[in-house]
Amino acid sequence: MKPLIDSHRGKWLGLIFGTVVLMICFLLSLSLGLQNYSWNTLVRALVSLSSNIASTNQTDLIIQTARLPRAVIAVVVGANMAMAGVLMQGLTRNPLASPGIFGINAGAAFFVVMSISFFSVNSLTAYTWIAFAGAAISGIIVYVLGSTGREGMTPIKLTIAGAAISALFYTLVQGILALDQRALEETLSWISGSVQGRKLEMLAEVMPFFLLAWCLTAVLARPMTTLLMGDDTATGLGMRTTWVKLSASVIIILLAGGSVAVAGPISLVGLIIPHMARSLVGIDYRWLLPYCAILGGAFLLLADVGARFISYPEDIPVGVLTALIGAPFFILIARRGFTAS
Amino acid sequence: MKKELDLRTSYYSASLDMKALWYSLIFSLVCILTFLLSTGIGDYYLSPVEVLQTLIGAGDPRMELIVYTFRLPRALIALMVGISLAVSGSILQSLVRNPLASPDIIGITGGASAGAVGFLAFASGASIVWQPIAAFVCGIITAFLIYLFAWKEGISPMRLILIGIGFNAAAQALTTLFLIKSPIYTASQSSMWLAGSIYSSSWKTVHLLLPWLLFFLVCTFFIVRHLNVQQLGEDIAKGLGTSLQWNQFLLVIISVALASAAVAAAGPIGFIGLMAPHIARMLVGPIVSSYLPVAACIGGILLLVADMIARTAFAPLDLPAGIFTAILGAPFVIYLLYHHGRKA
Repeated sequence: MKPLIDSHRGKWLGLIFGTVVLMICFLLSLSLGLQNYSWNTLVRALVSLSSNIASTNQTDLIIQTARLPRAVIAVVVGANMAMAGVLMQGLTRNPLASPGIFGINAGAAFFVVMSISFFSVNSLTAYTWIAFAGAAISGIIVYVLGSTGREGMTPIKLTIAGAAISALFYTLVQGILALDQRALEETLSWISGSVQGRKLEMLAEVMPFFLLAWCLTAVLARPMTTLLMGDDTATGLGMRTTWVKLSASVIIILLAGGSVAVAGPISLVGLIIPHMARSLVGIDYRWLLPYCAILGGAFLLLADVGARFISYPEDIPVGVLTALIGAPFFILIARRGFTAS
Repeated sequence: MKKELDLRTSYYSASLDMKALWYSLIFSLVCILTFLLSTGIGDYYLSPVEVLQTLIGAGDPRMELIVYTFRLPRALIALMVGISLAVSGSILQSLVRNPLASPDIIGITGGASAGAVGFLAFASGASIVWQPIAAFVCGIITAFLIYLFAWKEGISPMRLILIGIGFNAAAQALTTLFLIKSPIYTASQSSMWLAGSIYSSSWKTVHLLLPWLLFFLVCTFFIVRHLNVQQLGEDIAKGLGTSLQWNQFLLVIISVALASAAVAAAGPIGFIGLMAPHIARMLVGPIVSSYLPVAACIGGILLLVADMIARTAFAPLDLPAGIFTAILGAPFVIYLLYHHGRKA
């Protein structure tokens, strides 16, 4: 299928246009909510933040400590989930692949809830590591399960393995929450994926991993595209496919695991956005990855703004909204079938 | 040559595999024994013989109180839910021709759960009797939607499973949404229920579930031989003249009805619909009508045992039985994927 934007110049222009849209979404996320702020107020709050003077104005403080972290985390998590999704889809040749569907979110969630309930862990650093471990473990389980057998890894086996492992981990989470009132109250909004009430320190904790992952994606973009031609061709072209696959897996774990640690399991962003990006710019990962990042960030920002208004004045977790938007999308792709892709 | 027993009347005829018959008999006995054991075990221990005495009316008043008021409804529900899930899973698996299909994996259980939690969140004023009905209605709606969306010049098994997984995601999101919208007390009640527990069982639930179960079991009995043909593949089934889509439709309805009733009674108890048919198939062989009774017994046994562990092993804590079926079931899925992958 021919991508929507075909020319090189068009893709650059699209990238610039996308960045502008992303910035507008960011400002919308800052200004809209229970209280709507004007541009002037926003600018003043941001200026006073950057000039490093302790602000005494209450509006400024709300913007700086509540709205700004929320928007920044939404951008980063949205971008990460989308990039993790596009890498997974390329790696597994499965149009339904995404951290949510393949049990990575559920695994991270289970390990974090377990550590809260059984080991009374409550440090942010610890959550991060636990979420990474959980993401890695469940990712490996699903991958191994989906690749066992003579016919090797098939998209359908992977998807079903992911669903089964997700079901297991979510049942266990449910069981823990049923027994532990405290954990229930602490994790109810986290478990459904939310960017509300998160602090920038939480992001700072995982930022080094994200930076590492982003640098790696830049290096990996070209080999990933080559890999799409098939293992044999890629090997013939002198590529060491095992290394590429391994580093892509590490990136996925870093992006998805870190994002779950910050925002909880936000599902299906990693499924929707890669498909949109592919229809825009085609299959070249050098374009696909930046487009995914921008679209993913903008999408989660907008979804989060929507989540503030859908049952106004109550905030609902953005993860619920992305799942509700994403599910029909998933069904659509599943209906189209694997052969078409 | 296989030993078979032929049953023929003017309306119904069947050849019963003797091996299957023996297994059915053995597992029914084990199932009854587990049932008696489960009824007897607890804070105050009664031996299976004592339970039996009480059941035939020869027990003392205290034994009667314990058995009839406390233990029996719970054990009965565990048994019935186990059977429902196992039969539902057996039908789905042979219909879809995939050992991984089960009501919980393809989202029917999820839809029913969303209905039940939504009911708790929004209609807390209404009588709790309506909760199972809410679950049931939502289970049926979900199944209908899955079927509708999976339809594309017929139903392809794989498409059905994948679309079910999609619906499961949506149902889970809705469930979380309802959980968040409900007050914290209701939320904790819901999450107990969501973990799959037979905690709040009463005779009322038994009376609600029993007619359903019996009705659909009888339906299954009459329709099950079409499933045998179905298993050979769609082309062969069509060639043999079975009215394919109509039978598929009826079977899906039965399967959903059983699964939803189970969810309504005990919450989303996972993996039994997956495990029981599979174990039965390993023992008896791949013909549905032969292994179905064995699967039903195994389903009952599994849930009775899970519930027994759940309420006694960590006493005084009464854990949701669903945790234990999940712990039991997950390694089983792993084994299945491995094994199935090797065979295929």
